[in-house]
Amino acid sequence: MQLDKGLIGHKFNAFTTTVEAGKIRLFCKAIGEENPIYVDEAAAKKAGYRAIPAPPTYLTAVTNDDPDKGGLLRLLNVDIGLILHGEQHYEYLAPVHVGDKITCQQRVVDIYDKKGGALWFVVSETELKDQAGKPVAKAKGITVVRNPDAGKK
Amino acid sequence: MAAVTAPKFADVKVGDAIKPIVLPPISRHQLALYCGGSGDHNPIHVDIDFAKKFGFKDVFAHGMLSMAFLGRLVTSFVPQARVRNLGTRFTSITWVGDVITVSGTVTGKREENGEKLVDLEVRCTNQNGQDTLQGNATVALN
Repeated sequence: MQLDKGLIGHKFNAFTTTVEAGKIRLFCKAIGEENPIYVDEAAAKKAGYRAIPAPPTYLTAVTNDDPDKGGLLRLLNVDIGLILHGEQHYEYLAPVHVGDKITCQQRVVDIYDKKGGALWFVVSETELKDQAGKPVAKAKGITVVRNPDAGKK
Repeated sequence: MAAVTAPKFADVKVGDAIKPIVLPPISRHQLALYCGGSGDHNPIHVDIDFAKKFGFKDVFAHGMLSMAFLGRLVTSFVPQARVRNLGTRFTSITWVGDVITVSGTVTGKREENGEKLVDLEVRCTNQNGQDTLQGNATVALN
């Protein structure tokens, strides 16, 4: 297996998704987050937020809400069972709240291999903008692909 | 849960520790909830047959679930509106039953673009003392 470095620079279709209170509630249940600002609008407002804020890593749920889900793996022609998450970085430029309509634009910024091609690394960046077109966050992720042919002759 | 108040920039020192959070053991139920809650539907985290087919002994936790624990730690230290960045490397796999402790220390203080910034090193560590995530965050204080 070899990944095509010619895909560096590929831009995916942008999509827009609305930040929903019910999805944040489920996310918080899953991660054990019990701060009421994430579930109770009154508590959020009392704490100075204009609505319920999205928790810091809830941005992963925003970027996962892609109607073309799995686009990176289809582009690379890689099976989902072969990937691991190598790194994830978020830069927060403005708060994201329930009701915001967030547009996500992802692109591939690098592809490289290590250990003689046994592991491949795909770096992608996603810009997130709100309904006014204002950047709210930048996400950078590294997807690791395990080469199923590694060690075979 | 009491409201989180930000410490003063002047009161924070390099080397200060953030109060750690010890999490309940990772359960299959939690992975199912996180699959739905995060929109990461990769079956490798919830379907043991699928995980075995790809060479794993069992399902394992989403890296992003543990990164959410880093987020919980940082937002227990400062209100979320003060978090400027959060990043991590995923350094080893978190298995069902693992007991994760999330901890952090202050590694730097600086001023940039008129903001007083505090840099943090944050990590998730399993019951064997092995780091599963090694991350960093920056928060703005007054």
